[in-house]
Amino acid sequence: MTSGKGGVGKTTSSAAFATGLALRGYKTAVIDFDVGLRNLDLIMGCERRVVYDFVNVINGEANLRQALIKDKRTDNLYILPASQTRDKDALTQEGVGKVLEDLKADSFDFIICDSPAGIERGAAMAMYYADDAVIVTNPEVSSVRDSDRILGLLQSRTQKAEQGGTIREHLLITRYNPERVESGDMLGLEDVLDILAVPLIGVIPESGGVLQASNSGNPVILDTESTAGQAYDDFVRRFLGETVPHRFLEVEKKGIFKRLFGG
Amino acid sequence: MGLFDYFSKKKPKSAQLAKERLQIIIAHERVNRTGPDYLPQMRRDIMSVINKYVPIDEDQVNVQFEKGDDCDILELNISLPEQAKAVRH
Repeated sequence: MTSGKGGVGKTTSSAAFATGLALRGYKTAVIDFDVGLRNLDLIMGCERRVVYDFVNVINGEANLRQALIKDKRTDNLYILPASQTRDKDALTQEGVGKVLEDLKADSFDFIICDSPAGIERGAAMAMYYADDAVIVTNPEVSSVRDSDRILGLLQSRTQKAEQGGTIREHLLITRYNPERVESGDMLGLEDVLDILAVPLIGVIPESGGVLQASNSGNPVILDTESTAGQAYDDFVRRFLGETVPHRFLEVEKKGIFKRLFGG
Repeated sequence: MGLFDYFSKKKPKSAQLAKERLQIIIAHERVNRTGPDYLPQMRRDIMSVINKYVPIDEDQVNVQFEKGDDCDILELNISLPEQAKAVRH
């Protein structure tokens, strides 16, 4: 899960994605790569259960089983928190590669790497070993531009690219507001797709449910009442190969009166 | 411009403006990222060498990098001003 720009919803999306995969029976790990600015633990609601972290495992100060936090709500789901160290070089390429290999050997089906913002070491390490990349983008100029920059890196600075292959890219648009798109104040879906030319995997509408979920430390996908939760569930199903139509793209019709009398 | 035109003239929507600006800047940035990392510095070095002899503007040096199957091609296109005056040393 990557984006370049900060604050677009990478961690929220990583938490929802990992939970959605685990709910469908896949053994899933979600790793926070944001060394020094740990936050996935808060979004997943396990901040008080962190004992060891990603860097401890890389440095051999703890083993994977000690560091992985088993989610209390969802079976098959494990969280590997980021370290709060200020040492930016704590993540080594070999170390990260070994942890990912060990997780695979431990029969994990999916490993979600929650990238930090920016294009520094943490972001580079989160993308290096990826098979798939989900680019999280807001319909807003700086986010779209940074996503394009990240696409360039995905196509050149990853193990797959170095070996002459390609990473599967998926565009996830978050904070989509159909009202503002209709009024011409927000880039529409088609505009963003025109510019970035990456296959669309999901559109998450702007929703109060996201803030409520993070306030309470529950991945928003568990809030099946919220539009964002439903849209994340659609996204997970599409990732797993189902054909699911996109929802919440149009302005909601206002009640029966408007439908009867037009408007 | 008539009175009618004045009232019916629409301000361009900001989303349209955003799209146009993004298309331009991203097209520009994509060209620059295809080459190796040393390309911008090499371009500056070439500029300074040429400037020792002929004063030119930065936009008169065009560096293109193309990836081929067998080899990569670095294409340099430098247009000198019409009446190029040599810089005296």
